[in-house]
Amino acid sequence: MTSFVDYLGGLLLVAGASFLFLGGLGIVRMPDLFNRIQAGAKTTTLGTLLILLGAGFLHPEWGFKLLLIGLFLLFTNPLSSQVLARAAHRVGIEKSSKTTVDMLAKDLAKTKDLADNGRESS
Amino acid sequence: MNEMLMPAVTLLFAVAMIGAAFVAIQVKQISIAMLAAGLVSLLASVLFLFFAAPDVAMTEAAIGSGLTTFLFFFVLGRVRGGQRD
Amino acid sequence: MVETMIVIAAVLAGIAFLLALARFIKGPSTFDRVIAFDVLTVVSITFIVLSALIEERGIYLDIALVYALLSFLGVIAIARYLEGRF
Repeated sequence: MTSFVDYLGGLLLVAGASFLFLGGLGIVRMPDLFNRIQAGAKTTTLGTLLILLGAGFLHPEWGFKLLLIGLFLLFTNPLSSQVLARAAHRVGIEKSSKTTVDMLAKDLAKTKDLADNGRESS
Repeated sequence: MNEMLMPAVTLLFAVAMIGAAFVAIQVKQISIAMLAAGLVSLLASVLFLFFAAPDVAMTEAAIGSGLTTFLFFFVLGRVRGGQRD
Repeated sequence: MVETMIVIAAVLAGIAFLLALARFIKGPSTFDRVIAFDVLTVVSITFIVLSALIEERGIYLDIALVYALLSFLGVIAIARYLEGRF
């Protein structure tokens, strides 16, 4: 005797696990480091949140712990991947030829221009 | 099929632990070796959990995987003086 | 039915685990291994939640909470070391 809520929980579990599978595929297949960080961070965050939601549908009495784990993941996982990507950018890991957008280098150049102009005018 | 799941997952984690230990002894750079040792500790903690020992698993996760890795990278950064590999 | 769905989810997460492990073993630079380490930690959290669902023991989720904190601290420490800022 499975109710509708149990079906929904199981479907959310499968959906989250398929997002995890796509993340693993992206980690192996992507051409350079920054794309791998992107694939690894985004898909695993969404997949784990969906799995926690599905577990919450299957066992509603665990709701508080699952909510706490989800909040920690939601705060820490993008932050750690961002710090890692910034460290890789500072060390100077080369991008592949398919990666064309580099917002951090553009921002750094703009800040450097502003600093130089300010020094000349004063 | 359902009762075969937990032995299969345990076998997967044990094989992954052997792979991480192989990386730890095979690689040249010390930072990668320390990272692989942290991975061995983390997988050992999950295996403790699968063998129904949550207290041991929590201690192993906090000390073996968290504190040892953090302390080792901290000391490595201090000792080398900015010289990285 | 729900048990079958849990098995399917565990198989998919296991494939993701193996792919991340392949990147950890192969990975050319240290950063690749760090991101593979991060993904392995998050997939381990998934396996802990699934084992808590199978064994019907809510106390297993506490270890997942410890994991979610520890992976953050470890990756921050490693990134600071690789930047050379300790």
